[in-house]
Amino acid sequence: MTIKMMILQELFLTFAKIGMFTFGGGYAMISLIDHECVEKKHWISSDELMDMTVIAESTPGPVAINCATYTGYKKAGISGAVFATLGMVTPSFFIILLISSFMDNLLQYTIVSHVFKGIRIAVSLLIMQTAVKMIHKMLKKGRNVWNLLFVVLFGGMTLSFNILGIRFSTIYLIIISGFLGYFLFSVPEKNRVEKNLYARSLSEENIVEKNLSEKNQLEKNGGKS
Amino acid sequence: MIYLSLFLAFLKIGLFAFGGAYGAIPLIQETVLSHGWMDEAMFTNIIAISESTPGPIMINTATYIGSQQAGILGAAAATVGVVIPSFTIILLVSSVFGNLIKSKKVQAVLNGVKPCLMGIILATGIYMAVSIIFPEGVIFENLFSDGVIWGNVFSGRKGSGADMVSLFILLFLIAAILLVRWIRKKELSPIMMIVLVGFLGAVLY
Repeated sequence: MTIKMMILQELFLTFAKIGMFTFGGGYAMISLIDHECVEKKHWISSDELMDMTVIAESTPGPVAINCATYTGYKKAGISGAVFATLGMVTPSFFIILLISSFMDNLLQYTIVSHVFKGIRIAVSLLIMQTAVKMIHKMLKKGRNVWNLLFVVLFGGMTLSFNILGIRFSTIYLIIISGFLGYFLFSVPEKNRVEKNLYARSLSEENIVEKNLSEKNQLEKNGGKS
Repeated sequence: MIYLSLFLAFLKIGLFAFGGAYGAIPLIQETVLSHGWMDEAMFTNIIAISESTPGPIMINTATYIGSQQAGILGAAAATVGVVIPSFTIILLVSSVFGNLIKSKKVQAVLNGVKPCLMGIILATGIYMAVSIIFPEGVIFENLFSDGVIWGNVFSGRKGSGADMVSLFILLFLIAAILLVRWIRKKELSPIMMIVLVGFLGAVLY
């Protein structure tokens, strides 16, 4: 077995494991990917995980598939992407196939619905844990006032939309924050200072020139009179 | 040709589903109802099961609907259909536009999007926990397309105030996480958390 094949096999198995234990959609899965791919296997860095989450959220399709494809590609090119995605899909494919062919309604079994109800609590906690971890890491890098403002602003908006029952796709929030980011941060601090200095030196030169021309004019006038 | 129409329908869903499964559910519903594949009650049922079972919700839904319509091949057609758009788009983004991410302008955009996304994720988690612990709070009725989805799965409890069992499980889990971190200097793995809480749910509810 070549090294390449071993990597592909590991990608498949790791994402099958993640797919097997992902309950409640994409956000909960980020904490599983963090645990498996960042902390245990070091396939991607936590910065890359964050970039990946942003990309996954801003492109169409299931977030889980986006994440699997991205990690697989980073680790082992196109074949890596194929195997990671297959791994992600396989468990749910067979579980659902079993359920749909043998049971009319899985949730009518009391014990099953109780287990799932319990799991939702863990899922909500996992989602919060993911966010807190990411915020903690981000705050170590500076620009804290803006970052916290964005977290509170957009978090508050999402929470109130949910509570008030307003349907507002997160993609709009992402687009708005992207625009804000572009206008606020596209000129780095250092450049801004340099620009100011440059502007000031320009105006100083103007003043000097002005003074000189006034002086010349005075002298000319003085010469005439 | 049922396989082809399943494939194309879910290809379209995969292409236009922004923001994960909750954003896609209305689109899936519209598609399924317009093809006459199933009625509304059956669809709600399928969504409830897809949300409760492991795996990406959209994959679960696609597999379920495909298999209901045309057996294992139908399931495969629908699942492949829903996966292909995001697979291709991500591959393009990470191969062709890999260097684009490093540019100053794109970084500026990302610097705005990242904290926003963290806020969204945090709010989603908080809201989920709150709506589990206060299951029949009036203001929570409209969650995810008029409360059909969650409301249908766990509508068993009547009465008012907090769901004490859920609150207990939540506090127990937080205590377990802190304890593991304190004693073993390690994070409690997500999989352990899910297994533990699934067990508690079966015993306590």
